[in-house]
Amino acid sequence: MTDAAILFDLLLAGSVIALAIASLTVRDMFAAIVLFVIFGLLSALAWVRLSAPDVALAEAAIGTGVTGALLLKTLHHLRYVTGKLGEGPARGLTPTAPVPAGVIWANAAFCGMITLGLALAFLGAPRSGPGFDALVAEAMPASGVDHPVTAVLLNFRAYDTLMEVVVLLAAVIAVWQIERGLSDAPAPALGEVWQGFARLTLPAIVVVGTYLLWKGSEAPGGAFQGGAVLAAVGLLLLLSRIYVPQPAHRGLARWAFVLGAGAFAGVALLVSGGGRVAFEYPAEHAYALILLIEGLVTISIAVTLAALFHGREPVAAPVPEGRNDT
Amino acid sequence: MPDLIPLVSAVLIAAGAVFFIAGTVGLLRFPDTYCRLHALTKADGLGLALIALGIALTASSFGEVFRIALIWFFVAVASATGGHLIATYARRVDRAEGKEGS
Repeated sequence: MTDAAILFDLLLAGSVIALAIASLTVRDMFAAIVLFVIFGLLSALAWVRLSAPDVALAEAAIGTGVTGALLLKTLHHLRYVTGKLGEGPARGLTPTAPVPAGVIWANAAFCGMITLGLALAFLGAPRSGPGFDALVAEAMPASGVDHPVTAVLLNFRAYDTLMEVVVLLAAVIAVWQIERGLSDAPAPALGEVWQGFARLTLPAIVVVGTYLLWKGSEAPGGAFQGGAVLAAVGLLLLLSRIYVPQPAHRGLARWAFVLGAGAFAGVALLVSGGGRVAFEYPAEHAYALILLIEGLVTISIAVTLAALFHGREPVAAPVPEGRNDT
Repeated sequence: MPDLIPLVSAVLIAAGAVFFIAGTVGLLRFPDTYCRLHALTKADGLGLALIALGIALTASSFGEVFRIALIWFFVAVASATGGHLIATYARRVDRAEGKEGS
């Protein structure tokens, strides 16, 4: 039995590395994305084998599902909107100035510095040791929840999680700024089979996403996993054109973007004072506060990821504008 | 009787694996997109159904069986929809390139 498990693990580890190399080296971008998605799914399986179901869920939902969709959308964008892939723009090309070499080098330098910093942090970390298991187990009664991972993410290490939410917020702000003025390349209609599929799966995804969020206090799950699954609802709505973004909805969308980060920071500051520091929830209200934060953060994550997939900020009458340009 | 259930389960899972292998061979050996899709979607549907059935036999509660059934159902629906979308796209590309008769 053990031998079979080791064989499986070795096969899995080899596949993950092979897929990573293949995804980086293959020339065709579409193939690279497909390989990346398979890489993500097998990584999720590897996390399951490492008894880390929380990471596996996040990897499957965010690292594979949502990221795969975002990459495919970006490929579509490159092929049909900005026309940078040498295939020529299909429709409604908006002329874009080439990115200055200085900006590219600055970006490369920043990325290199971050990679270097991560490598240094990894090398500097203690190689082996007890980890934080004992400390977390000891502090669990004060956390307000029953699941150690949720306790770490939303309570002991909440500052980090707040920053992760802010990163998403920054991403959507950047996308809305960059894509301003670009004309839209409508996704092709996907047909009736797809419409039926969307109608069939939508309610199920809503249930699964909400369940993941709710279950997060006592079992693997939580805001990021639930939010990513709920973002799939947004993707289905956008792709099946059940929901078409309207300029009038921009205000609501902006509120939804900042809701999570705002509520998280607000709660953190409001509980401080009277001898407590920020993020130090009073023990008797900890569960309710964590659930409140997770709920609002989930809404923000779902709306933000869906907005990132849609890309460009909805503006009034985009089609005539695009035609006038060309 | 209790000894029979793991045996039946193992046979079902092995049969499912055979379908997956057949589908993979079809994916690698068949000449064009449509034939490959045909091989893949059939293998998916039947292979996964057999494996799900095999696992469901060893499940300890009705809830587990129900969840396995749900997984099978959604994978089957997603796979069929994906196959349809790929075939539709392939046909559109073929027509745009002027290959008639597909």
